Amino acid sequence: MPFVKPDKLGGYDVIVVGSGAAGGQTAYTLAMGGARVLMLEAGRNYVPEQETPMFQTRGEAPLRAASTPDKPFGFHDATIDGGWQVPGEPYVNTTEEDSGRFDWWRARMLGGRTNHWGRYSFRNGPYDFKPYTRDGLGFDWPITYGELAPYYDKVEMLIGVYGDNDGLENTPNSSAGCLLPPPKPRASDLLIAQRSKQLGIPVVAGHRAVLTQKLDDRTIPAKLHPGNPSAQKILAEHMRGRAACFWATPCGRGCSIRATYQSTTVHLPPALATGKLDILVNAMVREVTLDKSGHASGVAYVDKTTGKSHEAKARAVVLGASSCETVRILLNSKNPQFPQGLANSSGKLGRYLMDTVGSSVDGQIPLLEDLPPHNEDGASGGHMYAPWWLYKEQLAGKLGFARGYHIEFGGGRGMPSTGTVAGIEWLTGGSYGRKFKEDARRYYGSFVWFDGRGEMIPNEGSYCEIDPKVKDRWGIPVLRFRWQWSEHETRQAAHMQRTFGEIIAAMGGRMKDPIITDGSKAIAPGGSIIHEVGGAIMGSDRTKSVTNRWGQAWDVPNLFITDGAVFASNADKNPTLTIMALAWRAADHILDRMTRKEL
Amino acid sequence: MSEPTRVDRRTAIKWVAMASTLPWLQRPAIGTAAPAARKGYGTDPKLNRVYKPGELWPLTLPPFMRQAAAALCDTIIPADEHSPSASSVGVVDFIDEWISAPYEAQRADRKTILEGLGWLEIESKTRFKQFFVDLTPAQKAAICDDICYLPRAKPEFQEGAKFFATFRDLTAGGFYTTPAGSKDIRYVGNVALERFDGPPPEVLRKLGLTVPPQ
Repeated sequence: MPFVKPDKLGGYDVIVVGSGAAGGQTAYTLAMGGARVLMLEAGRNYVPEQETPMFQTRGEAPLRAASTPDKPFGFHDATIDGGWQVPGEPYVNTTEEDSGRFDWWRARMLGGRTNHWGRYSFRNGPYDFKPYTRDGLGFDWPITYGELAPYYDKVEMLIGVYGDNDGLENTPNSSAGCLLPPPKPRASDLLIAQRSKQLGIPVVAGHRAVLTQKLDDRTIPAKLHPGNPSAQKILAEHMRGRAACFWATPCGRGCSIRATYQSTTVHLPPALATGKLDILVNAMVREVTLDKSGHASGVAYVDKTTGKSHEAKARAVVLGASSCETVRILLNSKNPQFPQGLANSSGKLGRYLMDTVGSSVDGQIPLLEDLPPHNEDGASGGHMYAPWWLYKEQLAGKLGFARGYHIEFGGGRGMPSTGTVAGIEWLTGGSYGRKFKEDARRYYGSFVWFDGRGEMIPNEGSYCEIDPKVKDRWGIPVLRFRWQWSEHETRQAAHMQRTFGEIIAAMGGRMKDPIITDGSKAIAPGGSIIHEVGGAIMGSDRTKSVTNRWGQAWDVPNLFITDGAVFASNADKNPTLTIMALAWRAADHILDRMTRKEL
Repeated sequence: MSEPTRVDRRTAIKWVAMASTLPWLQRPAIGTAAPAARKGYGTDPKLNRVYKPGELWPLTLPPFMRQAAAALCDTIIPADEHSPSASSVGVVDFIDEWISAPYEAQRADRKTILEGLGWLEIESKTRFKQFFVDLTPAQKAAICDDICYLPRAKPEFQEGAKFFATFRDLTAGGFYTTPAGSKDIRYVGNVALERFDGPPPEVLRKLGLTVPPQ
């Protein structure tokens, strides 16, 4: 205990597949609530306190930490055995065209992608759960914002999220005491905010899962675990073990002082401390197994250290393996009773995959040149952002696309990389020698970037299925993807480009290349924003959805999904916070049903 | 791993004489530079330690070319009152690590850099009867001025200008990621702080922004 081997498994109430935002939150809630949990993770164990490259400069890494196929987000990125390709674990695209391709980022490590994620933590708003009701497109969720709001509160208090309550349309406030104070804006933030305001674009404090101060271990545990003194005590101790941000080293490397949310530093340590959680790493789940009554009996998996197949058993099974991996497991769980894959009587399994619409513009701002040197590392990610601001114009049909986007942006005097003083001839006219060194001093810190992050409406042309031929190194059939954007997305991407060009112009800035007016060229390929959700959407009609309002499979009563696969829409808000809120809610539901002996 | 073939001055002179009669793309590599490594650092390298060029895969830039590379590095980033020259803080080793790496992007740069350094020697010999390393600053500048900016390079210098752009980016990438280079552009982060105070008042004044309420 608590890291176990295949031959040393105990008896379990619940099997949780995956250890990231979904698996971590599910296991946390279940174990704190007294359930005996076995977590299976396909990657290796990972210990942020020991492995995180804090303070390493890029000059200390191979190739100055530049991106390579082995480490696509740079050498120090907290992704292990992952990236756009995982060795020995291929996937298939029916076309390599940008417009029809889906790129799938995976990580094979304890904590999954929560170790490196951007930490942006936004709540979906009331419109986001009822998009069909609002504009007739896509699907309504079977839940309302009001039903999920208490769980957003809980997750924010548990993981620690900075931000302000701005009271903006469809951008919900948190309950009092949930949010930590936001960090002070950087120089570029203040300039972007000032000039965006002239264009009618609101710029407010960002929301990210970084501790700007220590969590309040005296009051939060009782709010999160009322009537459960043991859970309160464990959580309080772990909250004391998390330091506040010391304003250095990029969050994407992970955080050894536990100042950001990672499943490995926030969810798993207290869950393990209950003694109720066992974790089995290097366990690649192949399928969900069934008993004679059609209930899930457990999972079949490959121990990657030996290549041998095993089974694990429990009263209930929860899939939190990431949207596409969860779908893959279910599609591969075929048997005579479920020839199209498990939980697929609707035929909707693998359907309605969504990513976030992404488009970016960079600018150079003469006003930011030659600023007095000062430390702008801050919380490493965005201190501010612009929530979507054109709800009324959009509903009135004035924009030509149905859903909104928010703007993430940044700039300033970040830690030098190979890109810091690269490709600046368009500004310098090709200088070298003493002049080049002067130019480097002048232009360093004068660049800003804007990333649009927008809602994609689910469509029939974006899906995954099992490839009939290709298998991974464990002999498990792999996914094949097909992707399609609608004009709602491509026009939105073109709008992002125009908007960012206008903001840069309002800042007196310039761009190396003109903005892209053709939205189909401006939009990033499917999957590349790494916000993939859907594939097993929740709904209120079992013929049109895979799970009910609790993430419970319509076809298998003791099988639940708590990752992004259940999303019925993909609002512009980054999905991780909503995944955790849904997972906490589903786990509470599982605990209730177990108490009532219904599971 | 094989040692890069030694290219002495005499061999280099012969190579320049032969290669200068051929179009850019038909020139053989000078000496036979060892093939770049096949294996990278993999998907699970140890992240929290310091790596040195040559540690993960062998460096392969022939010694004679290292001289040209160092001379060009220091033409792009010479020592001045703020910081030392690029070659004196290990940038040639970094460029060698880069062009010896097993990844696709670096292999493409390897071709650009090796062909470009060969061209530089031919150009130096043709114009000034000397290798690049032995040219005066004015002679070096005469060549670099022709290739330092692709949009304005004459047709016969287009290939040289592409090479120079790549080489300048690598030199700058190597230099500004060293402590000396970071200090030169006045990067003052990567230190633990009690508080994050945001920009100081003089920055806000320069930007015409009011000091935000505390």
